Amino acid sequence: MTVRDALNSALDEEMSADPKVFLMGEEVGEYQGAYKISKGLLDKYGPERVLDTPITEAGFTGIGVGAAYYGLRPVVEFMTFNFSMQAIDHIINSAAKSNYMSAGQISVPIVFRGPNGAAAGVGAQHSQCYAAWFAACPGLKVLAPYSSEDARGLLKAAIRDPDPVVFLENELLYGESFPVSAEVLDSSFCLPIGKAKIEKAGKDVTITAFSKMVGYALKAAEILTKEGISAEVINLRSIRPLDRPTINDSVRKTNRLVTVEEGFPQHGVGAEICTSIVEESFGYLDAPVERIAGADVPMPYAANLERLAVPQVEDIVRAAKRACYRSMPLAAAA
Amino acid sequence: MALSYLASSSSRSNLLKPLSAALSCTPSFRRPISSAADDTRTLTIETSIPFTAHQCEPPSRSVDTTPKELLTFFRDMATMRRMEIAADSLYKAKLIRGFCHLYDGQEAVAVGMETAITKKDSIITAYRDHCIFLSRGGTLLEIFSELMGRQGGCSKGKGGSMHFYKKEAGFYGGHGIVGAQVPLGVGLAFAQKYSKDGTVAFALYGDGAANQGQLFEALNIAALWDLPAILVCENNHYGMGTAEWRAAKSPAYYKRGDYVPGLKVDGMDVLAVKQACKFAKEHALKNGPLILEMDTYRYHGHSMSDPGSTYRTRDEISGVRQERDPVERVRKLLLSHDLATEKELKDMEKEIRKEVDVAIAQAKESPMPEPYELFTNVYVKGLGVEAFGPDRKEVRALLP
Repeated sequence: MTVRDALNSALDEEMSADPKVFLMGEEVGEYQGAYKISKGLLDKYGPERVLDTPITEAGFTGIGVGAAYYGLRPVVEFMTFNFSMQAIDHIINSAAKSNYMSAGQISVPIVFRGPNGAAAGVGAQHSQCYAAWFAACPGLKVLAPYSSEDARGLLKAAIRDPDPVVFLENELLYGESFPVSAEVLDSSFCLPIGKAKIEKAGKDVTITAFSKMVGYALKAAEILTKEGISAEVINLRSIRPLDRPTINDSVRKTNRLVTVEEGFPQHGVGAEICTSIVEESFGYLDAPVERIAGADVPMPYAANLERLAVPQVEDIVRAAKRACYRSMPLAAAA
Repeated sequence: MALSYLASSSSRSNLLKPLSAALSCTPSFRRPISSAADDTRTLTIETSIPFTAHQCEPPSRSVDTTPKELLTFFRDMATMRRMEIAADSLYKAKLIRGFCHLYDGQEAVAVGMETAITKKDSIITAYRDHCIFLSRGGTLLEIFSELMGRQGGCSKGKGGSMHFYKKEAGFYGGHGIVGAQVPLGVGLAFAQKYSKDGTVAFALYGDGAANQGQLFEALNIAALWDLPAILVCENNHYGMGTAEWRAAKSPAYYKRGDYVPGLKVDGMDVLAVKQACKFAKEHALKNGPLILEMDTYRYHGHSMSDPGSTYRTRDEISGVRQERDPVERVRKLLLSHDLATEKELKDMEKEIRKEVDVAIAQAKESPMPEPYELFTNVYVKGLGVEAFGPDRKEVRALLP
């Protein structure tokens, strides 16, 4: 099942199960979704539940949050999360903080979803990863699916969850197909929020990743196996809450850690994971934590520069070997 | 015997003209206040000035009310007035911290609106929210406790002055970010229409917020989707220290909706507010959004940090207090219609003052929140995850 179909079926099933769930965003209705994620939903549920909005993120996001205050369960789509910055006040100040400020009176059962991070050749303003920014904020839950199973289970969980959820998809994963079990295809399937998945067990080094980078980490693990290094790959699935126990347990087993993310390195997801290990499992580390992230530059357009700006499989392999003290001498800085 | 008064035809265009004593009346007997309090015969009273309309037919200036309602107006507005003045003192005594935005002068908007609607209709406003919370059914004790950050507060001390809510009475806050409450209010209207509740949402904002882009974004969608949203501009003529003519190229806020109809209302006249809100509710349920501009005034500065006198003259403030005060307006109506004596109204005000003092004393007894409350209500469903204090090796909690 492709990730696209996984998301579409999850939306369909949750809209069918609960009449309070509705979808709004740019091109979600008649266009069938900018990336076809909401294909067929307008025909099935009608224009009252699948709403095409004008290009006014601040306005329609506020409207979505207000509808959630009243008790509906909106799914607000951002064509990409780059545009969420126009609405970020509503995500943080109107949604994330309301339950706390009202001491539980105003809950906000809303999902903000859409593609996040780099696509291919879309340039600096359309390529940012927002995982670290949103995950810093108490009151939000932040999810990042990788596989079709993740997409189905986590989106269903997000829609059912009574708190505001930021759901970070990836455009380049939409077309990828993954095997899914009958359990995953069942309409009651749901994944727990806050739990990471060990995609591949290993004993020499832990590699954490989320979204598209999970695929890269798994490829890196294959290469490492051939070189005699057994890597454990953790698919974070949930950036907030972060599954610190699973990550720490893994590092206590392997004693080495490489964090991988696509977004900007400073104050990123990897920085948080590294600190968690230092705080909870310092004595278990046999090597410094290695951090692989996007380059510390706005995303360039030229294909060769873009390739240099985003982590590649060989970067993950190199970092894992460094953590295992098996690397070649480090290259001189450019 | 129905008493109805028709205004004389003299010009009423000057907004500072007091409610005219030219309203003739022949007082034949004095009615004790207690019977006026139960008196539900219809009185028809004219608003001080006619409504000005944009893209719609304005409602009539003749407003139906009852002696009972007028007395309630007086009591409610006098309570609000007293409450806000008491909050001023508490702030100066440092029992209220941070921000405190007071509403005295604007009481007619809160009270008039409430009379025209039900608790199933929704109201959302910005940070000048104490009186709206009260009119939606909040208690003085909840208000003062919240202002002082105590457990008995409506947000259990975790919100503060700007974050009062009463969801079961249709009050959705209490918002600190200027303008954000307008799209939220349109969202409430969306949900009300979606749920087929037959109710409307009032989104209140000030003349300062009226220039916010998100307001126009939300209004566009409200008009496109035919939502029962009423945008109410509480035009007190100053956005913090900036007078409206310095902030808005067009300060005709009731016209700024362009294709959305609007009504300009004397916001110091509680009967005009009532009539306008009644009209607005009927309109919104049939024809979609509407803008109400309430011409009102705040006696205090923007907040307790603002003396309110560097950008306007003391004469202006005292002039409005003299000529347009909403509480005095109703007092004069009650007296001129013989529904109460001066002494009775003064006694009522004394009673209110005592109520407020008692509430403050009780609020002071309310304890501060327990330390564990730092970590409650972060989520509805905390999933048992950990949250941390500043020193995470010292203070950590599991979110329920």
